Amino acid sequence: MTKKDPKAYWKANIRYVLILLVIWFSVSYGAGIIFKEELDSIKIGGFKLGFWFAQQGSMYVFVILIFVYVRLMNKLDKTYGYDE
Amino acid sequence: MMSNMIFLEALDVQNWTYILVGLTFALYIGIAIWSRAASTKEFYVAGGGVSPLANGMATAADWMSAASFISMAGIISFAGYDGAVYLMGWTGGYVLLALLLAPYLRKFGKFTVPDFIGDRYYSKTARLVAVFCALLVSFTYVAGQMRGVGIVFSRFLEVNINTGVIIGMIIVLFYAVLGGMKGITYTQVAQYCVLIFAFMVPAIFISIQMTGNPIPQFGFGSTLADGSGTYLLDKLDGLSTELGFNAYTNGSKATIDVFAITLALMVGTAGLPHVIVRFFTVKRVKDARKSAGLALLLIVILYTTAPAVSVFARTNMIETVSEKAYADVPVWFKKWESTGLISFDDKNKDGKITYVANPEKNELIVDRDIMVLANPEIARLPNWVIALVAAGGLAAALSTAAGLLLVISSSVSHDLVKKIINPDISEQGELIAARLSAVGAVCVAGYFGINPPGFVAAVVALAFGLAAASFFPAIILGIFYKRMNKEGAVAGMIVGITAMLLYMIKFKLGWFDETLPDQSAWWFGISPEGFGSIAMLLNFVVSVTVMRFTAKPPQDVQELVENIRIPSGAGEATDH
Repeated sequence: MTKKDPKAYWKANIRYVLILLVIWFSVSYGAGIIFKEELDSIKIGGFKLGFWFAQQGSMYVFVILIFVYVRLMNKLDKTYGYDE
Repeated sequence: MMSNMIFLEALDVQNWTYILVGLTFALYIGIAIWSRAASTKEFYVAGGGVSPLANGMATAADWMSAASFISMAGIISFAGYDGAVYLMGWTGGYVLLALLLAPYLRKFGKFTVPDFIGDRYYSKTARLVAVFCALLVSFTYVAGQMRGVGIVFSRFLEVNINTGVIIGMIIVLFYAVLGGMKGITYTQVAQYCVLIFAFMVPAIFISIQMTGNPIPQFGFGSTLADGSGTYLLDKLDGLSTELGFNAYTNGSKATIDVFAITLALMVGTAGLPHVIVRFFTVKRVKDARKSAGLALLLIVILYTTAPAVSVFARTNMIETVSEKAYADVPVWFKKWESTGLISFDDKNKDGKITYVANPEKNELIVDRDIMVLANPEIARLPNWVIALVAAGGLAAALSTAAGLLLVISSSVSHDLVKKIINPDISEQGELIAARLSAVGAVCVAGYFGINPPGFVAAVVALAFGLAAASFFPAIILGIFYKRMNKEGAVAGMIVGITAMLLYMIKFKLGWFDETLPDQSAWWFGISPEGFGSIAMLLNFVVSVTVMRFTAKPPQDVQELVENIRIPSGAGEATDH
């Protein structure tokens, strides 16, 4: 059963976007910039963790975030009958 | 010639460069002839039927410019940790694009960014302001690309920079004018393949050489291949501090400035018209989301490799030259010295190269662009790899230039001629106007490439600030805030872009004062590069404030907003 309900669809979309943007902010501005010094005391292989987030980790997370959003939205489109 | 001494039988670098550059150029021209545009829809948005993968590749090539390919790794190699502003800034914007912009603009389904601004804010003034911002951003950016083409030509083929710029202009002219967005899209797909291959091959070679790990992303966090068990990054931190520089993994910029620059670059990326229009070319809304993801994945392959290249190149360079006798320097050193990109001044007359942070004692000045261009030579890789880097640099510069030229020509022919000056123009007439404005744009870009005004280099980095300060808030509010009206949006864009321009003129160009004000005068300690984020906030605040005192947008515009929020029924990009 699919139901066309633009208001509920939009609300669900905004919720996904906000959650994903919180993660987007935490890995880059959080781990890579604000808490960089603190995280640098942890080492993984040759990488200091804060440095790694700034120059590697945040970018991997960005890619994952977009694909998670793609999946979530494809599902949401189906639930509400907006898929094509 | 060095090549005769080292590779007596093999082809020399220059011949390899001619072969590889010639082959790739023939490929681009072939594609252009095959994909000529017959309608305005094909010219502006490639007919709206590009697959998500092809669009992802084209977006990646469009996005990665001469700066990403040639300069970025070099900048990072001198900036260390601070280089992260470019890495995060130029990738994080795609998350904003995919989540906040691309799907809705695709659903809206017109040709250009000013199209959206003009329709959403039901006003010719809004459209005009948007056209002005689009032209300002694209022209500052494209001049840098043509210069990049000229530099690659002159360094690898030993022609004069101006000849290089002209060759580049002719090539771009050919496929941008003939093929429009359709031609550009498919050449960009080919250019992505060339540039990523050209970037990865030397990186993998050098990673194996230095750490034994074939994956550069892991290599620069590994131990050295010399069996000492020392981590590469620890060694580089040690070398850097020994010579008086900051430890490589620590930066020298203030945290607030790193934050502001990263934000300005991210938001600017999401607001750049030549990136946004790429998402008008796919079929459905879900394809727009997916192709943003694919584009970022393809970009991140290069962007996560670049910081590894930076570490390899920096370590290699220090080890090769520091405290070595000038008489014994390798051939590449002499070769690049003759181009003026390396300069050595034996201040203490000991015949050795002293490379230290202290400018009084330092004897060696290395241009950052060399770190990528000369890296294969420094690491003694085969000649074809060196030539490949030239072909890759050209692919990166040409693909970005073409994307920008399309934005310029569509701003003129579609937004100015068709929408404002002469709405009755026929499709054939508009197509001719589009081609003519592309020719005009190439000539202007070429002129700036040959005669770069002193401020071009300074301004290119700020194109992002301008995009962040103007388009981003207007588009976001247009989608997510139904109540936003034309008065708010226009006031916001004007205040945002003016603030950015003024700050740039004061602190980057120094036109307001006798001398350029120094860092201590920056507002909140934020550099001109980072000021885009402040100007963007200003735009948001002004938009919302002005909106509160002015009338609601008309009913049909509110319906338009509700409509673009729903993905189904996007149809093809249409012209009203």
